Amino acid sequence: MVELIIFYVLAIVISVFSIMAVSSKRLIRSATYLLFVLLATAGLYLLLDYEYLFAVQTAVYAGGIMVLFIFAILLTHKPGDRVPNEPKRQRILSIILSVAGFAFCAHIIFHNINRVYQLVPANEINVKQLGMTLMGTEKFEYLLPFETISILLLACMVGAIMIARKRS
Amino acid sequence: MTGLFDNFFSGSVPLEGYIIVSLIMFFAGVYGFLSRRSLLMILISIELILNAADINFAAFNRYLYPGHMEGFFFTIFTIAISACETAVAIAIVINIYRNLNNVDVDNLQELKEPDSPEEIKK
Repeated sequence: MVELIIFYVLAIVISVFSIMAVSSKRLIRSATYLLFVLLATAGLYLLLDYEYLFAVQTAVYAGGIMVLFIFAILLTHKPGDRVPNEPKRQRILSIILSVAGFAFCAHIIFHNINRVYQLVPANEINVKQLGMTLMGTEKFEYLLPFETISILLLACMVGAIMIARKRS
Repeated sequence: MTGLFDNFFSGSVPLEGYIIVSLIMFFAGVYGFLSRRSLLMILISIELILNAADINFAAFNRYLYPGHMEGFFFTIFTIAISACETAVAIAIVINIYRNLNNVDVDNLQELKEPDSPEEIKK
């Protein structure tokens, strides 16, 4: 009951703010709406009993990526700037395309998922188990992707500095 | 009316709820990606799309395979990859702004810099 009400609130926040984020005329506003969407998504993870995912989503998305976005917006736009209007034809076409896609997918979902899947109480994922799984090399353990991700992070850090540095 | 009320306010959250929320988020992202012309708005749309995929992974893992953790780890790795992607993309956006003074996709004909040393040599 309480979970359902919380879920409805989060769902409404996500739906409204994600639509506002892509249709706002001011960039800094749409970045703020994106922040609300990301925080509400973190709330959904909490509702799914994934506390660690909640922490990662809040720290990495709402903390890191949003700061990057706000930096980029303030570096490339003046504070009061409005984004110029897109051509009407392009906007109507994309509205039609996304509404059609939404209707198609919603139809498929409602005709293929019945309510047999109920939420069973999950065994809690504690941090020790998480670390062992992340560092193990057995089946269903993730050392190789972890190392690959670390190399990817290093490469993209070097690449971002290379691209954005000032040429003398 | 009470039946509807009971149906909506009893039991746990159904799996469809999460999928519909992520579907709305995904197609909001698709709309923004197709209709907006500022590079930063396109990036914001991409973030929305990635986030919708993350919700799906976590929800399917929790509902269909509660004992496993594949979707959980896939979500963590997706978040890390999207952080990488945003960092590189924003570096490119700032570089473009330095060369062209705006970030509209319509003005981007080539990725090459206009007055690179090789160009001057020719």
